[in-house]
Amino acid sequence: MTDADEKGGAALLLLLLPLVLVVLGFAIAVASAIGDYSIGLGTVFLAVTNGLGLTAADIPPIEQSVVWDLRLSRALVAALAGAGLALCGAILQALLRNALAEPFVLGVSAGASTGAVAVIVLGIGAGSLSLSMGAFAGAFAAFALVAILSNGATSGPNHTILAGVAASQLFNALTSYVVTTSGNAQQARDVMFWLLGSFGGVRWPDFHLLLIVVIIGLGVCLLMARSLDAFTFGDEDAAALGVPVGRIRLILFGITALMTATIVSMVGAIGFVGLVVPHAARYVVGPLHLRLLPACASVGAVFMVLADIASRVVAEQQTIPIGVVTALVGVPFFAIILYRAKPQT
Amino acid sequence: MTVIAENLVWGVKRRTIVQDVSLRVAKGETLGLIGPNGSGKSSLLRLLSGLKTPQSGSVRIMDQDIARVSRRALARQVAFVQQNASTDTNVSVCDVVRLGRTPHRSALSGWTAADEDAVMTALQQVDMAKRRSQPWQTLSGGERQRVIIARALAQDPRVMFLDEPTNHLDIHHQIEILRMVRALDLTSVVALHDLNLAAMFCDKIIVLQSGQVVAFGTPAEVLTPRLLRDVFRVEAEITAGAHADHPHIRFVTA
Repeated sequence: MTDADEKGGAALLLLLLPLVLVVLGFAIAVASAIGDYSIGLGTVFLAVTNGLGLTAADIPPIEQSVVWDLRLSRALVAALAGAGLALCGAILQALLRNALAEPFVLGVSAGASTGAVAVIVLGIGAGSLSLSMGAFAGAFAAFALVAILSNGATSGPNHTILAGVAASQLFNALTSYVVTTSGNAQQARDVMFWLLGSFGGVRWPDFHLLLIVVIIGLGVCLLMARSLDAFTFGDEDAAALGVPVGRIRLILFGITALMTATIVSMVGAIGFVGLVVPHAARYVVGPLHLRLLPACASVGAVFMVLADIASRVVAEQQTIPIGVVTALVGVPFFAIILYRAKPQT
Repeated sequence: MTVIAENLVWGVKRRTIVQDVSLRVAKGETLGLIGPNGSGKSSLLRLLSGLKTPQSGSVRIMDQDIARVSRRALARQVAFVQQNASTDTNVSVCDVVRLGRTPHRSALSGWTAADEDAVMTALQQVDMAKRRSQPWQTLSGGERQRVIIARALAQDPRVMFLDEPTNHLDIHHQIEILRMVRALDLTSVVALHDLNLAAMFCDKIIVLQSGQVVAFGTPAEVLTPRLLRDVFRVEAEITAGAHADHPHIRFVTA
């Protein structure tokens, strides 16, 4: 890349990023307007400014409440979840040097489901623990197991992936065991539905927590973007370039686990976003992480908000699990990228 | 002395791979590391460059114990060129060479004129400046090796370690790369398989066998028919090369 290319790349990013943010704002507005009870975009705007305390426009209280209390928080959580999952996917693909890596490769989603099942079906915590807290605890238990199995994530990418596979199998087996032996079909269905992901039920406190986690995550990852680039030719090569490999890996695995666990505990294990968005973003902005990570976060956010809208409008009077939509939309999109990307080597 | 290693010992499980190796490399010298397969050349190079930590013994580079220097500080002094660097990532030649500036940049610092200078100079030194926008995946083996060496040069190191840099290259590129390394104003340690190339381009040669140093000296001192028979199990005749210190080896069928 020449100097001119670099400047061109920076200019491209400066042009694209505001564009994506505008699209994101519009998508969130549409997400707040559409639903069983449709509300005009103008009213949505007023409801938002009312909610922020900027205006005191006179709109029906029910519309104010639907936009501000239900749909806006939901759309914002969707945006953050998409941003976080895409970011985690990009980080893990770089660290594990594996194109198939995604946020759940370290067993986090399997652990979360076990934790959720433990709370829903077994009643562990006797009502004092929420499903989210159970899922979060389970997710981190799985991550801890992977960290131990792979010697603190220091023993190379393949070792770490295998440890993740082992942890996933173990926790999935535990989940299945609990669900099948408990013999309550309704509870089993609840768990299944939760696992496929849903933004129903998220409210402002979820948004606040997720906002903090994703901002911290994005900040840490951006600080380490250059170190991530150094992993291009492998762990040892990164070490030769002066990167403290063990420390960086552990910090980044930890931060991705934190983000993924928080997201999964709120909205379930939404697949495919963390796998596809990094590839799509890399296709547009190139492989350097200082550009790739913000691109992933913004594209992931837009993608998830759109997927949430689709999940609500495709089937009338019904919400399709968001994971189903991300996969249904994501696969054809992925196919186009695979088809258009010229085979390397 | 730029590089001083003392009593290095390293192994995996109960197998000792590097046994009590001590060596010295003077400033600007090119030291060749030769030995049969599995003699510990690669491991020794990694110990010297700080990529592996010895079980006992120490390495001093530019009068600093490398065990006490941070990885980043070390990478500003020492570059390591691995054999057959490979990646699936779609990076350009210039992207790769820019990675060499990693130890010189903090997380937030921008791309400086000094960084740009180092990258351009390095690209020119390996004659790849005109092809800096070319994708890595489209390069031939020799070109990739040159780019990786350019990246090492962009690190602006004092010492360069090269692990069989001429592997899989044709004879023209083998000679070209070693000539380039020798011409650099750097102290370098090169693991090599080809004994004639070692004889041609190295100031000093160390011969490793089963992780131990069995000979050390100028090529003419080290490369004797007897040593080649004992260590490499080949019969050879040694003739004087163009220069007295750089002999030529002719292998003969026993």
